Amino acid sequence: MADQKTLTFALMDAPFESARSTTALRLIDIAARRGYAVNVFAYEGAVYLPFAHQQAHPNAVHGRTVEEENHVLPRVLIASLFEEAAKNGGRIDWINCGLCVDERGAGEAIEGVRRGSPADFWKMAAVSDSTLVIGTRS
Amino acid sequence: MRALNIIESAYRATLEEQDDTIVWFTRAIKNAGGDIDILLRSNAVNYGVKTQDAQGLKFGTWRQTRPPRLAEDLSGALEKGIAVILVSEDLAERGLKPTDLIGGIEFVGRSEMATLLGRYGQVWYW
Repeated sequence: MADQKTLTFALMDAPFESARSTTALRLIDIAARRGYAVNVFAYEGAVYLPFAHQQAHPNAVHGRTVEEENHVLPRVLIASLFEEAAKNGGRIDWINCGLCVDERGAGEAIEGVRRGSPADFWKMAAVSDSTLVIGTRS
Repeated sequence: MRALNIIESAYRATLEEQDDTIVWFTRAIKNAGGDIDILLRSNAVNYGVKTQDAQGLKFGTWRQTRPPRLAEDLSGALEKGIAVILVSEDLAERGLKPTDLIGGIEFVGRSEMATLLGRYGQVWYW
């Protein structure tokens, strides 16, 4: 795709803490459906977004079983985004900050996630049409 | 490419991380050859204050022997060629003066921000 757009995102929020993470994935979803090349650099708590051991749970307050609840798991959303991007001729290159992974014990990520450093973010941003940082806010 | 990291959220996990994660991020990029500067605004202007001291964290028998030293980290950034720019009004509103800060910091007024940002190819707002 000669005119393929390239976007880079830096994410910082941990899952299940902030609507910013969901918003970021919605933006990435739009890019994936358009067949863009998408780079994601997950920094700090965001390295848990694709953590492989996220588990769905039933919800007694909602009165639903685990199947009925269909609990939102960021790792599932991200895997779906990977597929969507590929289906539309794009791709998502997801890099988890390696030191952030180590200090959190978050090394087991879903397939397609790789480890990197701020230097990778710099390289990705340098070849992108646009870069969006979504930092953690107090 | 030249980039500017704007740091607004201050003291975000600095005790755990032993630094500000975006100052660290900026220095890591500079070490990798990137052309990048820092703009401190809002409460993050306090990072330049010379007399801040985060020593003393302890839990039971555990003591933090390497507390964050944010002003020193900014000095280290300056030594590496990273410009550290600070919003003048944000400093004054907090009762701080330029003499309270480490040397080498540049100042920008709010009315000059647009011109400043225009000097950078990418601006990242943390």
